[in-house]
Amino acid sequence: MSKAEAKPENQFEPKIIAFLCNWCTYAGADLAGTGRKEYQANVRIIKLPCTGGIDPLFLIKAFERGADGILVSGCHPGDCHYNSGNYHARRRWNVFRPLLEFCGINPDRIQFSWISAAEGGKWVETINGIVDAVRELGPFESYQKLNTIGPETTGEATAASGETG
Amino acid sequence: MIEELRKKAEELLKNDTVKVVFGYGEGSVPERTRPVFITKPEDVNKLTWNKYCVYNLTTYLKRQETRKLGKPAIIVKGCDARTIIVLLKECQIKREDVYILGVTCDGVGDPLATKCESCDVHTPRIYDDLVGEKKENKEVPFEERYAELDEYEKLGEKEKWEFWQKQFSKCIKCYACSNMCPLCFCDRCIVEKNQPQWIDSSAHARGNLSWNVTRAYHLAGRCINCEECQRVCPVDIPLNLLNKKLAKEAEKNFDYRPGYSVDDELAMSTYKEEDSQEFFK
Repeated sequence: MSKAEAKPENQFEPKIIAFLCNWCTYAGADLAGTGRKEYQANVRIIKLPCTGGIDPLFLIKAFERGADGILVSGCHPGDCHYNSGNYHARRRWNVFRPLLEFCGINPDRIQFSWISAAEGGKWVETINGIVDAVRELGPFESYQKLNTIGPETTGEATAASGETG
Repeated sequence: MIEELRKKAEELLKNDTVKVVFGYGEGSVPERTRPVFITKPEDVNKLTWNKYCVYNLTTYLKRQETRKLGKPAIIVKGCDARTIIVLLKECQIKREDVYILGVTCDGVGDPLATKCESCDVHTPRIYDDLVGEKKENKEVPFEERYAELDEYEKLGEKEKWEFWQKQFSKCIKCYACSNMCPLCFCDRCIVEKNQPQWIDSSAHARGNLSWNVTRAYHLAGRCINCEECQRVCPVDIPLNLLNKKLAKEAEKNFDYRPGYSVDDELAMSTYKEEDSQEFFK
């Protein structure tokens, strides 16, 4: 518990959502637990059958609901329970990640990893890594503070519509 | 060239090869054209061809109203023909169900449309009949094709965010972009699904971001850069920048360009073991 004691007061604790595949990374996280390994408690795990079934909208939705960082993790290439799910997922992230980056979302907030059922240690390292990285970046306020009540009628807009009308 | 086009259309309608010809007709002013749907041989004089024929008529291949008219002949420029290749590969149309009237093209729009600046399909890559003199399809280097993106890619994270927020905040969720897109053909779009509501349907900043990102992402490895989404956008969001960025990534990572060949595999429905994974931990 040395880590927790050393924690400064009012330190920002990021919310990390982890989308894990059922067969490898989830089992890896489980192994870390049974092995009594300690890691930072900022992660919320969502277990899914395969990384190949993760729609990029899941990630967008996670940010909308207040995530500060996201981890997507599955089986190592060649180890997929469904043979090729992780290869398809990899293609998807190869285009989706640059798209978010292009829109101004820091790529460190979305991380990807391959963790097998035997890699409890790697799970601990990955989680500690992403939590520290996102803590450094701070809360994802720019996304969380996005307006959700529709366009505001500014003075400028009113004047413009007055002209046309 | 117009005469040749009209003659061809008349012939096709007369001998009943097709039921309808999708083409360009004169618009309300000389600088505009509008789509025309010709079903009678005596109407072929309504067809025209000039540098204002910017639109991609292949969008009418997906619509119920125009599908009802029967087998079409469609007038396509080189870029529009690329859409047809994607539609064929995605099993949206059958090759025998459409008659392709290709036209060679030197670029359209006045001033010249952005898509024409790095055109490498002056002559369509797929057609049943070609109208106009055959032109050489000169290869354009990678950097030149995506040069438009440079100034946006080099912006900082915050500037990018602010730029796109400013753009997306204009969005009124009219969905003109996806209605016009020839490759946005789902009967039920993800944005219409509300159990759960994946994309907020009102036009606020959060919903606009998820809509615009999702729309672009669904075109990854498919968009052929016809710029129709950007042209029809009533609030001038530079949507094609997003499409182009995805096209660039697809080409860089998978060495794939949509709409060039009917034989290659679609980028997003296949994979290679050696695909890049430098960002995976």
